[in-house]
Amino acid sequence: MSGWQEDGTTVGLTRPGFRDQAGLLAKLMIAPAIIYISAMIGIPFVLAILYSLSDVTTGDPTLRLIGLQNFREILADPVFRISLKNTFFFAFVSVTLVIILSRILATALMADFRGKWLVRFLIMLPWTAPISLGTIGWLWMYDSIFSPIDWILRSIGLLGTPGALLGAQPNLYWLGEPKLAMASVVLVHAWRLLPLATVIQLAGLSSIPRELLEAAEVDGAKGWRRTVEITIPLTLPIISIAFLFGLIFTFTDMTVVYVLTRGGPVHMTQVLSTWTFFKGIEGGDLAQGAAISLFLFPALAGVAALMLRMARRTEVV
Amino acid sequence: MANARKIFRRGGLYGLLSVFVLFGAFPFYWMVIATFKRDHDLFSPANNPFLFNEPPTLDHLRLLLFDTHFLTYLTNTFLVGLAVVIITLAIAVPAAYSLARWARGWGETLGIGIFLTYLVPPTILFIPLSRFASALGLQESLWSLILIYPTFTIPFCTWLLMGFFKTIPRDIEEQAMIDGLSRLGAMTRVVLPLAISGILTIVVFAFTLSMHEFIYALTFISVSAKKTVSIGVPTELVRGDVFQWGPLMAGALLASIPVAVVYTFFLDRFIAGFTMGAVK
Repeated sequence: MSGWQEDGTTVGLTRPGFRDQAGLLAKLMIAPAIIYISAMIGIPFVLAILYSLSDVTTGDPTLRLIGLQNFREILADPVFRISLKNTFFFAFVSVTLVIILSRILATALMADFRGKWLVRFLIMLPWTAPISLGTIGWLWMYDSIFSPIDWILRSIGLLGTPGALLGAQPNLYWLGEPKLAMASVVLVHAWRLLPLATVIQLAGLSSIPRELLEAAEVDGAKGWRRTVEITIPLTLPIISIAFLFGLIFTFTDMTVVYVLTRGGPVHMTQVLSTWTFFKGIEGGDLAQGAAISLFLFPALAGVAALMLRMARRTEVV
Repeated sequence: MANARKIFRRGGLYGLLSVFVLFGAFPFYWMVIATFKRDHDLFSPANNPFLFNEPPTLDHLRLLLFDTHFLTYLTNTFLVGLAVVIITLAIAVPAAYSLARWARGWGETLGIGIFLTYLVPPTILFIPLSRFASALGLQESLWSLILIYPTFTIPFCTWLLMGFFKTIPRDIEEQAMIDGLSRLGAMTRVVLPLAISGILTIVVFAFTLSMHEFIYALTFISVSAKKTVSIGVPTELVRGDVFQWGPLMAGALLASIPVAVVYTFFLDRFIAGFTMGAVK
């Protein structure tokens, strides 16, 4: 009955025209995507590796290989070490925070209530609005004089009066104090990732069969015990996926740090992505910039491999 | 008694949700306040910052719309988004169809391979790509963004569409071919109309992802009149240490809300595709 077969050969009475050659069509239709991806992702990726082994700059773009010298120089640079440490620190702290908060929020969103669409819209804003613009809102909230957080602390007497708990100065200088600046960056990352993780966790929660929970209830498992013994183990693969995606996004993001602090005060919030930008693009040292950016890769490859295993396992279940 | 407990739990739920809504939406509320507040009110540390102590004003909006390049940024963003959508559709639709229909073992692997390229971050690619742009003479041109943004829209949209095409039964195409359509005709006339919601989804993503993009735009464009909204607002409305907070917040607000509204409708599908189908 069929005029075509899956493997692309055509079975028919008349000689097949171009429009009927499934095998040829399959290759023709996938070709543009493969060509584009090879040219715009594959080649640049290889070039990034070549650059990192060369002394290429924006002023002198000829490629001369100089071995591992860039990597030696980078590793000796204290700013690079801070960046490397911060990249991991920001990612792990904010993602851990996000996983806990998103679980609570997702559980709350499982309930039915009026005005859910509005609540959902507002909660999702940090993810759906462009991150550079959302971060601008935070920049104003962390302002050194007009921060509303400081205003609240002042009005409840924790700040700005002699003997106050947080000090007698009128402001905390969120982005000026190294510790506070790091906390500020973590908070914005967590803010931005919470919606994503919540939607993922919601999907996980709604995939649990209702009968299972009802059966548990009959058996007397309630509240906290039900959460620990049933929902968390059942949704663990999905929690891990939220975790891994969160890591990827914080690892590679440069917008939050760039807009909030530009890596300051004195590089205390610098991360690999911003340091790549400042060295490679603003400083014009393409070779060192490329070398710095490549430090992201092993971590990402590891995360991607883990994720693939996860995806396979959940498919089986 | 049971009723009282129910009310108590309800109250707890609303309380909890209010805290989260406040956390998520507060920066945007903060933008609304700054957008309409008079400078004198905005810059008085003693004033309650959460309320209008003086009557609201439209001055900041006026300044933003008529004395800055804001409308140009919006136009640029729109043009880039539109072009990226067209390129993404032209490349991702056939690729996804091919992977979903004709490929067996290698198709799945190739599909995952394409998806994984989405994970190669711009922070690794932007240095070599900046050389590409200058070699092609595209520095300071929106064309550089149009050429490069599909690096993140194509892998993702191909993956997402592949999932959509797989849900359309093969029988429908076979029937169409028995009725006399060619193999290609069965795809374009029968399958594509059925996949319209999937196609609409990738249109929305390609557009919103382009609009969100920051790093490439920051790297390739430094002329004010060529900037997109995601870099124009943070870089042009802040001059040195002088922050024009009113217009800055107005710009951030006006550009965020419409895209957020559209995006919210498609969020679930986006995340389902993104987590490689582990979440459905």
